[in-house]
Amino acid sequence: MATDSIPVQSTPAQTAADAEELDLVARSRTGDATAFSSLMRRYDGKIFRLAMNITQNREDAEDVLQEAFLKAYQHLDQFQGNSKFYTWVVRIAVNQALMKLRKRKSDRAVSLDEQIDTGEDTVVREIAAWDPDPEERYSRDELRTILNGAIDELSPIYRTVFTLRDVDGLSTEETAEVLDLSVPAVKSRLLRARLQLRDRLTRFFKRKGDDAFAYM
Amino acid sequence: MLTCKEFLAELSDFLDETTRDEMRARLERHLSQCPNCWVVCDTTRKTIQVYKGLDSCDLPEDVRDRLLAAVERKIASHGEGS
Repeated sequence: MATDSIPVQSTPAQTAADAEELDLVARSRTGDATAFSSLMRRYDGKIFRLAMNITQNREDAEDVLQEAFLKAYQHLDQFQGNSKFYTWVVRIAVNQALMKLRKRKSDRAVSLDEQIDTGEDTVVREIAAWDPDPEERYSRDELRTILNGAIDELSPIYRTVFTLRDVDGLSTEETAEVLDLSVPAVKSRLLRARLQLRDRLTRFFKRKGDDAFAYM
Repeated sequence: MLTCKEFLAELSDFLDETTRDEMRARLERHLSQCPNCWVVCDTTRKTIQVYKGLDSCDLPEDVRDRLLAAVERKIASHGEGS
């Protein structure tokens, strides 16, 4: 269940920011709308981006954003403070986003736990060096379009793991907690996501004059 | 020497700098002798960097307004129910 508290190992001494966050949670529990708004403002952009990456649909992403925070508010008493509030709420958001995908593809359940190929899909198809600074070849908007397009082509499993781990910056262990996966499963999906994205971006970023397999 | 497949299996940990010293030395030795894997490693590292370099997505104001309104309604209804 998305709203269960997440068991984690005891954490080191909390920073002032963590303490402030716990204070906001405590005040939110008493019905302090301002405190809960402050909590939301810390993370709403990240949750929306995550939801966009998973659902690939703006309306669905907005629904996920609202549903995630509404559920978080309703179940604040289940947040025990032994994990970060963001880790807790992002777990709810991921579940809401996957439910959206399931509804859209009712003939095929979307699960983060589905079997994946082992080994052979890590074969790298195109080996070509990139421009030293591919970012300089494109405007910020063009680059964003290219990167979003590459993520769109990943399966939900891979884009969810990649977004949490490499875009949001969660640790492997936190990503495993959020997704209810083992650490090796997260690592395996992350490797495949990274290699698939690399493969897709090579189309855009490869050095002019380099042929595919030029190094083979 | 590690095979390319063995190298690829360790690539993520290598890029995250979570490999043990002995394995790291073996991976670096492979990299120094295998141009293909060097390119794959370099471009995968750049893939991660270019996504990390993206500006964080600011929530559009209209989306935030609707979010805040929905949550305020929920909080108000909780207050009435208690």
